[in-house]
Amino acid sequence: MIDISGIIDFRNFYEIYRDILTYLGFSEGAYWMSFLASAITFSFVVINVMILSTAFYTWFERRALARFHARTGPNRHGPFGILQPFADVIKLILKEDTIPDEADRPVFTLAPIALLAPTLLIAAVIPLSEDSFLGSLNIGVLFIVGVTSVNSIAIFMAGWGSRNKYAILGAMRGAAMLISYEIPMALGITGVLLISGSLALTEIVKTQTVWFIFVMPIGFFVFMAAATAEMSRTPFDQIEAESELGSGYNTEYSGIKFAILFLAEFMAPIITAAIVTTLFLGGTSGFDVIPGQIWFIIKMMIVIFVLLWFRATWPRLRIDQIMGFAWKALFSLGLFNIFLIALEYLVLTNGGGRLTKTDMLIMGGVNWVVGIIIIAIIMNIFGRKQLSRPDPIPSPLANMGIRGE
Amino acid sequence: MYGTGIFKGLVVTMTNFVLPSRQFNVVQYPDKKASPLDLAKEQDRNVLSFMVTNPVKTIRSLVGLESISQKMPQHPRFRGEEFVWYDNRCTGCASCAKYCPLGIIKIITDTSGVNLQEGQSYDIDTFDIDIGRCMFCGLCVEACPYDALHMGSGFEEGTYKRSDLVIDMEKLKKADKKPSTWFRPQLTDQDHDPIKGSSATWKQVGRHEKPTLKEQQDRWVNR
Repeated sequence: MIDISGIIDFRNFYEIYRDILTYLGFSEGAYWMSFLASAITFSFVVINVMILSTAFYTWFERRALARFHARTGPNRHGPFGILQPFADVIKLILKEDTIPDEADRPVFTLAPIALLAPTLLIAAVIPLSEDSFLGSLNIGVLFIVGVTSVNSIAIFMAGWGSRNKYAILGAMRGAAMLISYEIPMALGITGVLLISGSLALTEIVKTQTVWFIFVMPIGFFVFMAAATAEMSRTPFDQIEAESELGSGYNTEYSGIKFAILFLAEFMAPIITAAIVTTLFLGGTSGFDVIPGQIWFIIKMMIVIFVLLWFRATWPRLRIDQIMGFAWKALFSLGLFNIFLIALEYLVLTNGGGRLTKTDMLIMGGVNWVVGIIIIAIIMNIFGRKQLSRPDPIPSPLANMGIRGE
Repeated sequence: MYGTGIFKGLVVTMTNFVLPSRQFNVVQYPDKKASPLDLAKEQDRNVLSFMVTNPVKTIRSLVGLESISQKMPQHPRFRGEEFVWYDNRCTGCASCAKYCPLGIIKIITDTSGVNLQEGQSYDIDTFDIDIGRCMFCGLCVEACPYDALHMGSGFEEGTYKRSDLVIDMEKLKKADKKPSTWFRPQLTDQDHDPIKGSSATWKQVGRHEKPTLKEQQDRWVNR
């Protein structure tokens, strides 16, 4: 089994640079230089890997989406149009970078960076092996939940700074939606934390003797729905509703700033897939012939494809439907999930200790039945509630001549 | 049961994704997958000689990587760009310029001693058509007494500058003589097809046959 885990650890970089510095004859006082050098190398690697994968992901998304819609998609540049992202990037970089006259210039300029930075930060803590890029961060989940909430500020900055009606409308919607959906997302994660008993992502991966998607389907459902909303893709793309707001918060952006905004937007599914893989799909675990990193990437690709499938299928929801879904359905489901998991944990372990594999399988069986029933009930409750419309009043002129005598 | 529509929709899109028969209903510029036969036919060559001279293309086409770009089927009577101008027939009377509703034809003439069959012709210094503003009504073609100007049939004339859209005399002289059969339906009887690329001489296109000496005598002398 090939193990590439040593390459992707911050401490390894640090040790290599420290050895080099010692070899060159520096004393211990100069070790901060190795720290700096390893940080630069590390961020260079992460940023480039993420940008390249995002570029190819845009190509994949456009091709697959086209296939879902019975279209062709980009097919002119290179075989199957694989060079399309590079053409897009060149075009966007060469375009004029305009800033509106009355825009709030510093806010307008900072917004793309503020949107991109959290996404890249999360990439640093995803455990691709025993350790993540940053080493095993012992508050990984907290870090993820905290850092993802920055993007609501970034979107609001973009909308506010543009001084454009559509942009500010999109940003207001975005602020309302993103903040609402952070609560279900946190509730969905809480179930995972209850079983694994740790906030470290590496520890969560280790405790998944049975993948958590099988143990807690409700939590998975809640987390997936909330994460889809967090990255504001199609069932929840109120922020940039093209048909209503004319592209929403990025209306005024062009050139390289627009490129960065879209980079962040297309990077979000990759990061989300990585988080879902870590929390619910067992991370790097798999059969032993293939290395764990490859397993991780395969699982990520499956999650990305499922998210794309949702995007291709479902239409955009109304804003009240979105908020209702977050606060009525997902919030209650999340709380119910925590209650269920906690109860089962207490019953199965007599109030302490670890869950064994059989315990988890029993929990899974119960939870799947309960989950399907509960979700069906919620669907029925939501489906019954029709939008109340006034009865149409017939025009007094409509029946003239038939009744009038 | 509410909510099942969500999953039905998912099944529909997945069927689209999986089944090849559901694919590519909307194709604007279809690229036809080409066999070596098609490629040889495109270059007007024998299949065997094509396969010998282009082994790489042959293998690629057998694998299914080569394709021929197709255009949409288009009627030969389509009025389009690429005006066809028979310069030896033009007398410089500027009827086309006078009839043009948008005034986009510019003609500057000078005297000359050349006699056409029914009168004297001018020397033409400038003959510009600004097809950037043309609406392709075809009134200039109808107005021309000597059948010197005809519509073309192109429609993909994208340029980077508006000024490039002005067709001047040199361009008109150099252009392929592929008139649209819109104002000359007799061209369809002569198997002229502007899209497939047969060029037409003025004799095919013109309304009038040149009168013979006998006809002229009948008309003017022996009446």
